[in-house]
Amino acid sequence: MNLDSKIPEGPLSQKWTNYKASQKLVNPANKRKLDIIVVGTGLAGASAAASLGALGFHVDIFCIQDSPRRAHSIAAQGGINAAKNYQNDGDSVERLFKDTIKGGDYRAREANVYRLAEVSGNIIDQCVAQGVPFARDYSGLLDNRSFGGAQVSRTFYARGQTGQQLLLGAYGALSREIARGTVVLHERHEMMDLVVVPDKEGKPRARGIIARNLVTGELERYAAHAVVVASGGYGNVYYLSTNAMNSNGSAAWVCHRRGAAFANPCYVQIHPTCIPVHGDYQSKLTLMSESLRNDGRIWVPKKKEDAEAIRRGEKGPLDIPEEDRDYYLERRYPAFGNLVPRDVASRAAKERCDAGYGVGPTGLAVYLDFADAIKRLGRDVVEQKYGNLFQMYYKIVDADPYKVPMMIYPAIHYTMGGLWVDYELQTTIPGLFAAGEANFSDHGANRLGASALMQGLADGYFVLPYTLQNYLADQIYVGKIKAEGPEFDEAEHAVRERLDGLMTIAGNPGNSEQHSVDHYHKALGRVMWEYCGMARSKESLATAKEKIAELEADFYQHVFIPGKAAEMNPELEKAYRLADYFELARLIVDDATQREESCGGHFRIEHQTEDGETLRDDENFMFVAAWEYQGHDKPEVMHKEELNYEHIQIVKRNYK
Amino acid sequence: MKFTLHIWRQENARAKGHFETYEIDNISADCSFLEMLDQLNEKLVNDHISHPVCFDNDCREGICGMCGLYINGRPHGNDDGVTTCQLHMRHFNDGDEIWVEPWRAKAFPIIRDLVVDRTAFDKIIQAGGYISATTGGVPDANNILVPKHKADQAMDAAACIGCGACVAACKNASAMLFVGAKVSHLALLPQGKPEAQDRVKKMVCKMDELGFGSCTNTYACEAECPKQIKRQNIARLNRQWIGSLFGRDRNN
Repeated sequence: MNLDSKIPEGPLSQKWTNYKASQKLVNPANKRKLDIIVVGTGLAGASAAASLGALGFHVDIFCIQDSPRRAHSIAAQGGINAAKNYQNDGDSVERLFKDTIKGGDYRAREANVYRLAEVSGNIIDQCVAQGVPFARDYSGLLDNRSFGGAQVSRTFYARGQTGQQLLLGAYGALSREIARGTVVLHERHEMMDLVVVPDKEGKPRARGIIARNLVTGELERYAAHAVVVASGGYGNVYYLSTNAMNSNGSAAWVCHRRGAAFANPCYVQIHPTCIPVHGDYQSKLTLMSESLRNDGRIWVPKKKEDAEAIRRGEKGPLDIPEEDRDYYLERRYPAFGNLVPRDVASRAAKERCDAGYGVGPTGLAVYLDFADAIKRLGRDVVEQKYGNLFQMYYKIVDADPYKVPMMIYPAIHYTMGGLWVDYELQTTIPGLFAAGEANFSDHGANRLGASALMQGLADGYFVLPYTLQNYLADQIYVGKIKAEGPEFDEAEHAVRERLDGLMTIAGNPGNSEQHSVDHYHKALGRVMWEYCGMARSKESLATAKEKIAELEADFYQHVFIPGKAAEMNPELEKAYRLADYFELARLIVDDATQREESCGGHFRIEHQTEDGETLRDDENFMFVAAWEYQGHDKPEVMHKEELNYEHIQIVKRNYK
Repeated sequence: MKFTLHIWRQENARAKGHFETYEIDNISADCSFLEMLDQLNEKLVNDHISHPVCFDNDCREGICGMCGLYINGRPHGNDDGVTTCQLHMRHFNDGDEIWVEPWRAKAFPIIRDLVVDRTAFDKIIQAGGYISATTGGVPDANNILVPKHKADQAMDAAACIGCGACVAACKNASAMLFVGAKVSHLALLPQGKPEAQDRVKKMVCKMDELGFGSCTNTYACEAECPKQIKRQNIARLNRQWIGSLFGRDRNN
């Protein structure tokens, strides 16, 4: 497997400029003869399709929801980073680049991250031009706030609904192209397989997809000169996460099965501020934005007996006097305080709860307290900044955060791993590109807050429109791609067999050993959270592997899916996504097992400093692990892309 | 908690629908309405009673706009300012009978059970609900000054999640609040001004073409909107519309 990252020549700050100056272009009259498939309508997919359509390419775009505006980017709350330095507080492209590399614990590719920082300012310009109503100050200029892992204020925001507003901006641009006819929308369609066809020289190329119409259940074929997968992350492998119910890893996974390398699957982000789990029936976890850590202070009781009394319901947070509260982030990390990066904050919460200081009925919660902020700023200001988040908390928990501190606990939120891509965002299959959370490229082992929106839009608005052209320049000679031939037949047949196979597992109705899909998904989630979650060890990972295999075997014998494959069937949708999660879960565990170090979101308890911080092993593990699929029952093969840091000085990641 | 559910079942767009009654027990008060339906579906599947009830849902935190059920005669149920996924069972009494229906509107045909087709909303947006800013070639963000109160008002309108509760609540199935919110959001901002007159005409014409009803100013839409979008947006839509017909700088 060839892992050529294709990083352009020249000094870091000139690489992207050099690339753009020397890339190949497509003549305007030829663009409309070239077809592109985009899977996913989140920030990356919608912005890519809108930009490519505006350039004149013909784009087919697919989403599993009823409208492109539903993609889960919509739920991002806090903000988007950009190195504008509007606050005159010392920000720059260089600083955003350094913060992102350091935040990712020196496991991301320098050139990609530098480009991300470089185009970050253009994103804000673009979004403002589209009418995104970012927060402003009284002079009419744009306002900023701070996020974790940064000592400057570079986060632009639209109340607590930044993702929504950015997505609606991209959705507007996409809608314009749909009206112009350059983009064709296929809503309620799910990508089921990638079609790879060899060209005249025998070089395999991504040439289309098999999609399932979720209303009729029919399989449909689509052909194109290139395919972009922007289908998001795989956090729902843990069942409970902040992801939407329909967010899934399958579109990326079928590409992996067809030969695209999957990189760093064990890098999973656990977000420190989510509403704690409260019952077995629970379907998802709700995030409370990181922006709350600008003004909220995180604490647990100093005395164990206080924590125990709170758990028994005999005391409340307001009964604990100031001197008996442990603001553990401020204590452990005086320089960054409550604004340490997510992985650090999550582990610190787990550490306190494991030590017996957790609050709430389960003991798996800590307080996020706004009393000081309300005293300092007044309730009105706090309400203006965070009103909708407070209301959301109130509706879910039935407690008023203006009066009593919120209770929060870490939860699965984002996956840094994903399809391996080179500098052009092209996977190991020529013609297959991956963008946004679906690729692995920019966040290393941990993503900083407000950087996901930045990356999704950077990929879609400002990277793919250039790099895809470079790929498509010589594809004009190929002519129209038709959705026919043995490769399309084979792919469609394989999907049909897979679906029919799942539908017939249950055997005879009334068998008491049958279980629903959710039964297995919940069980898989518990295994992953318990043994491959915030803290991992050689033993826990071995246990995880065993339990995943048992569950998977049981799933293929006893899962029951009602109805037919050729109709609207949400149970079947869940089943084929879960079938892929079993394979993905195994790979996450294998990747976590081989990575004998702690970095970012990947914490191996064998590798920590005396005070419980992550301990990297740069000598042996400064590489990207790119895995190659070998077949359903075979262990995958790992390839290494060594990371070379030419520009940045590598130091211990320290937020103290 | 224990409930008797009467749920609209309809196999597909052409089939005849009917209410089916189900009993459900052991529901926690902290459970959301959709989690209650999950538990019903789990039971329907495990006991081979029927195909599970189909209902649209995704983010389950009130922002994607995908869920939307008509519960005891109210879109998104009996709590204010929430979507169906944010409605919790603590808002019901133990033993309640609950009637669950899909959105009812000519422009939102039923697909299956409680799932409706809301692509009409996308078509209205495609008709002009955007600012034509092609990628690249735009001015620096701070070159466009927006007074704070205008930005705040625009944000209030832009908070619409496109769920369709306004249409479901309206006796005429009018989409005026949805269209008004988008027209207002863009017309309030300097970036949206150049296309404002054209935009309002195209969106309103498309809305009429798609079979949404007329507005008779009863404001059920405002009362039921989960994001509490204000009726002033309808007034602004009307002003924009009239301005586009008779205004000084109309395109002749």
